[in-house]
Amino acid sequence: MSTETINVPEKKKKEGLFSKKNRKVLRDPLDDINPVTVQILGVCSALAVTTQVKPAIIMALGVTIVTAFSNLIIALIRDSIPGRIRMIVQLVIVALLVTIVDQLLKAFMFDVSKKLSVFVGLIITNCIVMGRLEAYAMSQKPWPSFLDGIGNGLGYGMILVIVSIIREVFGSGSLLGFKVVPQWLYDHGYTNNGLMMLPPAALFIIGCFIWWQRNRNKSLINKS
Amino acid sequence: MHSNKYTFIYATVLSIITAVLLAFASEGLKPFQDANISLDQKTSILRSIRSTEMERKAIEKIYTAHIRELVVNSAGEEVNGVKPSEIVIKEELAKPPKERRMALYIYTADDNKKYYIVPLLGVGLWGPIWGYLSIESDFNTVYGAFFGHKSETPGLGAEIAEAPFQQQFQGKKIMSEDHQFVSVNVVKKTAKTAYGPEHRVDGVSGGTVTSTGTDKMLKNCIEPYLSYFEKIKEGGDKMTLK
Repeated sequence: MSTETINVPEKKKKEGLFSKKNRKVLRDPLDDINPVTVQILGVCSALAVTTQVKPAIIMALGVTIVTAFSNLIIALIRDSIPGRIRMIVQLVIVALLVTIVDQLLKAFMFDVSKKLSVFVGLIITNCIVMGRLEAYAMSQKPWPSFLDGIGNGLGYGMILVIVSIIREVFGSGSLLGFKVVPQWLYDHGYTNNGLMMLPPAALFIIGCFIWWQRNRNKSLINKS
Repeated sequence: MHSNKYTFIYATVLSIITAVLLAFASEGLKPFQDANISLDQKTSILRSIRSTEMERKAIEKIYTAHIRELVVNSAGEEVNGVKPSEIVIKEELAKPPKERRMALYIYTADDNKKYYIVPLLGVGLWGPIWGYLSIESDFNTVYGAFFGHKSETPGLGAEIAEAPFQQQFQGKKIMSEDHQFVSVNVVKKTAKTAYGPEHRVDGVSGGTVTSTGTDKMLKNCIEPYLSYFEKIKEGGDKMTLK
């Protein structure tokens, strides 16, 4: 994570692929405008799919792909979209991408798709996706929009993975399915924390994360 | 501002393009998805006879070598010309018992012992639950059980899909001593029932609706097979008499 403390997202471009501004577009959502902990978007799925690390990673990848490509497509056709059906067009594009991701998971990662079940379909309603389309892609060029999508997807994914690591280690004593809590600890009376398996645990962890983040980065405190 | 005509044409063209893309994606990926679903079913069936095999190839190998699939009706006759994969349990359960056709999987172990695997389908709290129950060749003792669910609550109802719950079924009996069908009852440990401990397993605490659903599913799905089991038993007795 970057230690950058300047925020206030900037606009206007006209430069190279990974210019300073474009890097900022990519990096800011990881920290200063993180979709989950600062914008408080996409919390529902963050509670639901983080009991284990593997589904969390796949979900993060799914959301990243969907935000990146929907941002790209919408930015490409942004001038041709009739204003009155703007939202519907966005929704159709998002739904198209999500359905394709869902079909791919069912074909090549069946186990994960079973675990994620309805939450893949619910990416469509994930506020991050529509939020970025409205706030960014509708008014920006394709390339920065694409980066913004990737940045926001990764910012969301980062929180998901952190939460899921904590939940899996303390809830199941494993990491990515491998046992990490040694047997002798269990023999000495240690038990897995059942709360970690339930959705409220994610809420507590995200809450602690927000607390820590704002304590570290004072500029966030008055923003929300 | 775009004209109405433009808006209409735009919406139509967009819909057609997305529809075509989705149709291609769906058709192109269907073979892979079907293969996954069929493998998942085979894995579940093998779980019910206490197999812990994870490898795709090994599962296919054990399945083809040891499992015989057949379809029976509730009169206890074997139905020819229908494959179990063509049977939709949900539709069959909606029919009156007399018209039902049911899939049955027979596993023959290396020592020639036979296990009869019955597919199960029922309702939990949030959605469907399903499973497979294997019965030993005395048509009474449960050898193993496997359950799955669509969307039960993790930590509560979803516990039916975990090994500790499923292992309870091993060695339980489905018939009472006077040869009546009593099934394996999923009840609270402290609940008073007319059945002995060999007919009951401990339900999931906090997952009452799922437990009751599992209980009903077992009764509902096993009973129609009894006449077939009865026939095989008689057939088997005759064979030993000869």
